Formats: sequence, C-alpha cells, structure tokens
Amino acid sequence: MEVKLQEVTVNLATGGVKVDKSQPPVLLVHGAGMDRTVWSQQTRYLAHHGFAPMAVDLPGHGRSEGELLSTISEMADWVADLIHELDTGPVRLVGHSMGSLISLEVAARHTDAVERLILMGAAAAMPVHPELLGAAQRNEILAPQLMTAWAHGARAHVAGNPTPGLWMRSGCQALLERAADGVIHNDLAACNSYDAGDIAGRITCPVTVIVGSEDKMTPPKATAQLVAGFQEVDLRHLEGVGHMMMIEAPDRIREMMLSALR
Amino acid sequence: MVEPDYLKFDTLSLHAGQEPDPTTGSRGVPIYQTTSYSFVDTEQAAGLFNLEQPGHIYSRISNPTVAVLEERLAALEGGVGAVCTASGMAAFHLACATIMSAGNHVVASRNIYGGSHNMLNLTMPRFGITTTFVDPRDHDAWRSAITPETRVLFAETLGNPGIEVLDVPAVAEIAHEHGLPLMLDATFTTPYLMKPIELGADIVMHSVTKFLGGHGIALGGVVVDGGRFDWAASDKFPTLSEPYDGYHGISFVEEYGHQALSMRARAEGLRDFGAAMSPANAFHLLQGVETLPLRMKRHVENTTTVIEFLEANDAVPWVSHPSVSSHPDHELSKELLPKGAGAILSFGVTGGREAGRRFIENVQLASHVANVGDAKTLVIHPASTTHQQLSAEDLTAAGVSEDLIRLSVGLEDPEDIIADLARALRASQKG
Ligand SMILES: Cc1ncc(COP(=O)(O)O)c(C=O)c1O
Repeated sequence: MEVKLQEVTVNLATGGVKVDKSQPPVLLVHGAGMDRTVWSQQTRYLAHHGFAPMAVDLPGHGRSEGELLSTISEMADWVADLIHELDTGPVRLVGHSMGSLISLEVAARHTDAVERLILMGAAAAMPVHPELLGAAQRNEILAPQLMTAWAHGARAHVAGNPTPGLWMRSGCQALLERAADGVIHNDLAACNSYDAGDIAGRITCPVTVIVGSEDKMTPPKATAQLVAGFQEVDLRHLEGVGHMMMIEAPDRIREMMLSALR
Repeated sequence: MVEPDYLKFDTLSLHAGQEPDPTTGSRGVPIYQTTSYSFVDTEQAAGLFNLEQPGHIYSRISNPTVAVLEERLAALEGGVGAVCTASGMAAFHLACATIMSAGNHVVASRNIYGGSHNMLNLTMPRFGITTTFVDPRDHDAWRSAITPETRVLFAETLGNPGIEVLDVPAVAEIAHEHGLPLMLDATFTTPYLMKPIELGADIVMHSVTKFLGGHGIALGGVVVDGGRFDWAASDKFPTLSEPYDGYHGISFVEEYGHQALSMRARAEGLRDFGAAMSPANAFHLLQGVETLPLRMKRHVENTTTVIEFLEANDAVPWVSHPSVSSHPDHELSKELLPKGAGAILSFGVTGGREAGRRFIENVQLASHVANVGDAKTLVIHPASTTHQQLSAEDLTAAGVSEDLIRLSVGLEDPEDIIADLARALRASQKG
C-alpha cells in the first residue's frame, strides 16, 4: 500500500490484503538498514487473524521515497505524522532494533497515537562498534556482513528456517546490501548517538518486550536496563535466538505477538 | 580488523540447512519419504495454504529432506534461497517460467549445454519466448542483442564445448545497465570454484546431477536466488511485482522483497509445473555435497596432471582448458577461478574422426558415457556419438572438430588415468 506524507510516497506492506479499517491497526517499524520485509513472517498471519498490519518502509528505505532522517527523534516525529495520516486512530506499535527506539519515542511523546507497544531487540542505548560504523560510512560490504554475523544466534548461522529453501544469513546480508549508499551509516549513527534516558518511565500504554537470549546487538543485559525503567512491562524470553528474532523464530514470535496484541 | 564470524565453506558443506532431527536425534539427514504432512488443525492448514505461516503441505511443493539440500546450496552460493527440482533442465525451465511470459526474449550465450540450447531454441518459442544467441566473449553482441522484450541474460560459467570462461562481472554489468538480471548455469564450476552471486550474477542454476552430487547416481537441479536484483525497479517482471490471483492478490516483491523469486518459484512453479526433486534423490545428493570441497580440489589437481601428460603426447595436437596458456580465457580464468577452472577439457587426437573413434574404443578405466562431473573419469567423442549425423562443416559450426575428445577428469589415482589415456592414444594411431 502506498500513502503520501507531505507529498512523498510511503510504502507499507499489509500482508497481501487490503487494509481492513474495522480491525485494530498494527504499525511495524524495521531496524537499521532494513525494510518492511523483515516482518514478512508475521504480517500476512496478522492480517488473517483479526488485525490490520502495516509494515512501513522508513523514508529512503525499501520502496519508500524521501530523504533519510538522521536522528531517532526525527524518525519518531515522522512515524507520528504517518499514524495521523493513516487515519486509523491509535495504533499498536511494533518496533525492532532501531525501530524499537523510534517506537519508544513515539509512545512517550505522542501518547494519543499509540495504544500498545511491542519492542524486540530493544535497549535504552545502542552503541555501535566503531569499525562497523567506519565500514558503513565507506559503504563497504563488510558492514552488511558484520551486522548479519552479529544479528543471528548460533542456530541461525547453520539452519532452522521454517520456510523451506530460505537461507537466513544471506537473506539478511542481501537485504542490507540492497540499501542505498549511506542508508546503513545514517541509521547506525542515529542509533549510536541516541540515549533513551528515563523515557521508559514516561510511557503509559501497555508494553511488551521480547528478548532473544543470544542477541549480541542488543544483549539481554542491555534490554534488562531498559525494561527496569517501565512502570509495568510484559517481558518475554526466547531461548537460542539472536537479534533477528522475527526471522529466526517466526512461529514463536507470531504466537507472542498475537497474545500481546490482543 | 573485525571480521564477520561466518561459518566457512567446508563447514557449510557439511552442516548448512540441517539440525539433528528433533524427535530421534538422527545425525544423518533423514529421508522423509512422504507425499504429505498431517495438519495440526484446520486453522494451521488454512494458514499454510494461504502463505500465512511456513511449513510443509505436500512434497511437490516442499519436503524436509529436499529443504535441507536447498538451504545448503543457497548457503554455499551465498543466495537468499533455493528451490530444488527433478533435474538441471527442470531448474532451467523453472527459473525461466518464473520470471518470463509469452512475448518475452532471452539473450543467451551460444556455447551452452545442448539441452539448454534446445529448450531456448526450439521449445520455448512454442510458448512465445524467443532467444538470441551470442558469442559469450563478445560484450557488444550481448548489448546489441537486448530488446525491449528481453528479460534475462543467460550463460554458463564455463561454456560448452570450448570451456569458455564467462566474464561474469562484465556481463552482469551489461545486464544491470539494462535493468535485467544475469542468470548463470554454474554446473561446471560449483560454488567451490566460483561464487557467481558475489561476482554480480542474480540467479544461479545447477545440474546437481553433476559435480555437486559427484557420484552419478541421482538426477537433480537447483535454482538459487541471489536476492540482490530489484524486480520492482521496472514493470518488466509482473510475476514478481504485481498482485497474483493464485494467492488472493499477493505481490511477492511487496511481501517478500529480496526473496520474491524464491517464494514465487515454489508457490507457483513447483505447485503448477510439479518438477519436484524426490526426497531420496535429495538424500543422495546431500551425501555428495558433504565432500564437495575435497572432491573439487582433487578434480582440479588430477586435471592439471592429465593436461601435463596430454600436452607432452605426440598423438595430441591440441588441448583446450582455461589453465592452458594458449586458451583465450587463460588470464580471465586466473582472475575469476583462482582455485582452478574445473575438470572438463577437450583435446584432439591426430587422425581425425577415425582416430577419435579408436581412442574411445580402447579406453578401459574411463567410462564412455553422455555425462560429465562424475567421481569417475568420463570420455566421449562427439563426432562419432552425439554429433555423428553432422558433416565436418556442421561440426565446425557447432565448435566441435572431428578429432575432439571431451574428458571429464575423475578422482581415480592420476597415474591410472594417465596409463589408460596413454594406452588408448597408442591404439588410436594404429589405423
Ligand atoms: C551444463 C549443464 N547444464 C544443464 C544440464 C542439464 O542437467 P540435467 O541432466 O540434470 O537435467 C547439464 C547436463 O546434462 C549440463 O551439463
């Protein structure tokens, strides 16, 4: 589905069905250098289980046009504007990695736009390895490779994709390779310079956080620091899963999302 | 410097795509010899049929044993996904049928496997897909053959019968300049000798029957999806970028992005054309893939030894293989194929068609078969077998001289291979 936001085309994947405005809207926000397709194992399922999922391509990502936004705060304002433009009322907001930082900001600063929050691969701060930032700045293939290597648990490096014939490691690397020059660096720099501070304490809607035990990008310890700040939180653990949990463990994530969204 | 801690090629050859069986602990890949899979309940069944959730329905579309091989071959090639098929020809057809429709056009290398040539030249035109064949070394010919209806450029990494080395980065660039994907048949190189996706190819297919299996006991094919090509950048690929009624208006690019080709090839191509790989064949082919790096290394070593012998033999006027300095692609081969240019070569026998026939009739260890890429050494003399109906002029046009012997060097002790060739060459000269 395409919508216009300030005259610029924004693309959202809706699970291959027309958005049903009578169903609760779910807006899904991807992480650094990625796009809507990271949610492909969830959107179609949600669309047939009582929700209206919309997995967005952030500006300059995937099939969305527009200039890159360089801070988490700008990205959050953009998402808030998008929610307004979609005209669905408050959404259930789901964020992964950089998308979780954006979602936190939206929920804290635009309280009337968000009904529920689900965060995956989340932390209050996401410092980025300087060599990864450097490789991303030079648009080297090393950046997608390092991100892919760190973003998957040990199992996902060998096997385990329930979709027959798909190979996760190259799937992730190819997705990142397809990002236009500058996109990965823009996003990683935005993550690197962001500090959520005490933002968690200001969030009033129900929050679910899903954490992968083998997440090296946002390790369980870092997620725990963020989680400690919420007034109330539903924390779910995934054993043997890394940062790309929606792809590494799509079945378990679908179940968790469904129960958290209802 | 930090490096991605990826599992390496040899490790992936053994492990990629498989976890010990969760119920039995079986370390070997089990043969799931079944046509169908019990559904948990109607909701799960509906979800599977509707692509809402992944899983197996029916073995024409997917099978757990075949899926291990698919994931493993995708891993070895660095592709985002793979679809295995009943044969190499089925893989070629599946790839073509997934991205093209009647009215479309292919630009293909003229130096390709005869079966692939037949399909493009004779069979596909009946379905409205035509092909222009070009000299794979002539970059201008590739460029000028492209028409508004062209949808793919196709070649072999190593051609047939001259073992032409394709300049993959250059031809990929030509394809991409025109918004087209490059599809390669990488049967002769296998991912051990060349990773075409890293060099710019978008789709890689194999006759898994050959070196990947290595044992010559099972047919199979695979289409590997590179995942880097943007199918939605133009309106040329509506099967991937437009809504598909087969799954209630799904657009594969919109939902699966970089994995659109893999998803559509299975959801439509295997479902409707049905050229699925059998689980037993997948099992056999997996046993071969486990030792691919070891075997390919030895194939290349034996080839080097055999070439040294042939070049020194008085009854052999010429030897054609990219490792030979007189081969037109010798330099390119060093660049693109640093681990070796494969185990298939051709050479001439002094005395023409008759001498070639006598050579073949006198080999004892080498097998006289219409195949390549077996663990065993294979020979064929096209002028007296596959091409026997052709005149000398027609043979030349096909790039096959009357004295040409094609050799697929196997894994026997090289001294035994050489002794066999020496005996047959002596006999060939006693006309
Ligand atoms: C280069 C090449 N491609 C494709 C094929 C077709 O493969 P299959 O015989 O597995 O159908 C063959 C061999 O027969 C081949 O040598």
